[in-house]
Amino acid sequence: MLQTIKDIIDILSAPTVSFTFLTVAFPFVFPPTDWFEKIHRKFGIWRLWTKPGFYGGMFAITFFFVVGYFDPNFHVTLTKADNFPIILMIYSMFITIWWSMYQAYLNDERLENGLKPNEYNDPDDKVLVWPDLVYIEFIALILFMVFLIVWSILVAAPLEEPANPAATPNPSKAPWYFLGLQEMLVYFDPWIAGIVFPMFIIIGMMAIPYMDINKKGDGYYSFKERRIGMFIFMYGWLVLWLFLIVIGTFFRGPNWNFFGPFEYWDAHKVVPLNNVNLSEYIWVKTLGTGLPANILIREGIGFLVLVAYMGILPILLAKSWLKNYFQEIGPVRYTFIMLFGLSMLALPIKMYMRWLFNLKYIIAIPEWFFNI
Amino acid sequence: MTEDIKTTPPASVTPAEKDDNALGRRGFFRWMTVGWIAFSAATGGFFTVIVRFLFPNVLFEPPQTFKAGFPNDYASNFVDTRYKKKFNVWMVRDEESIFALSTVCTHLGCTPNWLGTENKFKCPCHGSGFRMTGINFEGPAPRPLERYKISVATDGQILVDKTKSFKWEKGEWENAESFLKV
Repeated sequence: MLQTIKDIIDILSAPTVSFTFLTVAFPFVFPPTDWFEKIHRKFGIWRLWTKPGFYGGMFAITFFFVVGYFDPNFHVTLTKADNFPIILMIYSMFITIWWSMYQAYLNDERLENGLKPNEYNDPDDKVLVWPDLVYIEFIALILFMVFLIVWSILVAAPLEEPANPAATPNPSKAPWYFLGLQEMLVYFDPWIAGIVFPMFIIIGMMAIPYMDINKKGDGYYSFKERRIGMFIFMYGWLVLWLFLIVIGTFFRGPNWNFFGPFEYWDAHKVVPLNNVNLSEYIWVKTLGTGLPANILIREGIGFLVLVAYMGILPILLAKSWLKNYFQEIGPVRYTFIMLFGLSMLALPIKMYMRWLFNLKYIIAIPEWFFNI
Repeated sequence: MTEDIKTTPPASVTPAEKDDNALGRRGFFRWMTVGWIAFSAATGGFFTVIVRFLFPNVLFEPPQTFKAGFPNDYASNFVDTRYKKKFNVWMVRDEESIFALSTVCTHLGCTPNWLGTENKFKCPCHGSGFRMTGINFEGPAPRPLERYKISVATDGQILVDKTKSFKWEKGEWENAESFLKV
């Protein structure tokens, strides 16, 4: 019985399945439109953001880890000192997200009934930075330092043998907070996944207040009043970042092959892969000719795809589906939203193209170190 | 009224009076020149020392050229991992040639492992895979592994020179120095 559950979890956690499931299920958990909202209500998914939902979620996470602790294979990964922060992260993320969504849903209900949000009960209610806020921060800081000191005394640092360039540990994992980046690097050239995307993430988050000009939900928790913005942000944060960290920690084994959590880490697991560039698909597989000698002709289709995706698609959207939105926010804001949004969307698109078509690079010019 | 005028003290310095301590125009430029030269010398010296610091006096690294046994030592279609640890080189013999492959993954520079049963090099960092020839075929590595210059020394042994590498994507594997015919 338990073994069957474990086998099912192993199959479900393959990135193709779990990532698809998360992506499809995501709009029903954080509904961005009325249609999703209706199903969200109909199937009772909103109960996740109530108190029973909290206990249920905490129980599910704990159940998974307890079962994993007694599983001989998952035990190895789970009890590694490096992975302890990720277990903490899963709990703390669930608790903080539940706490804000819980309050947001309470407020949404109040707003629907014509009441003011919970935070506005008393218009004269003020909290001073000093002492109210700084004291809380100070106490939190002391508690956290105590925790870190106790932790560092109790748990020995997971040091390994001296570094040797000829022997890379197998699997070789980045620090836990970079495992999302390492997972992105599986699908992209180093300069894109290691430099361009991280810069876009930082600059994009700094630009959020300039791109999202929705004045509602300012100073109080609310989901409904800014549901599209929250949906986009939460998808990027939970699925494209945290879930990739979880994949990198628990689901990646020797040779960076994928392993289910309860699967034995077999260093000789054979995973047939043969990644092909778009230019090879077109010239060699479709047209049956060799690759053209001229690099720009060889990668011409790739450049066309890139221009269509980053340049023409936003223009078409501005004239059709996002017409009202475009007129509301203006061309400059629209350009930047599209730049950051489409770059973010490029990650799951590229992941799926790798999984479905074994596509390696859309534009592959190793001669110039330029691969997308 | 006249007495009032008398009590007014004279100006302490008359404009016409010459001050020996004044810098003057030429003096200003003289000191400026001295100052700038001193400043440039100090910063130049500082950065010279810093740059010099980047090039150590002694390098404890294996020699860039090494001898890798006789061509007949290598069996056909075989990857020899003996020189991986010390020289970061795989000696590979396929059907018609022997070549020296770099062990640096072309994605982000980890060291892949040779998996004999699967007949491929597999990188533990992001899962790039290379065939025995060094050609990349799976994972994110954008280009094949590099080959090093290889020749036969006067004593008949194979001589590998790591100072010169050959890149497939530049068509350099055609170069006669990049492989040994057997």
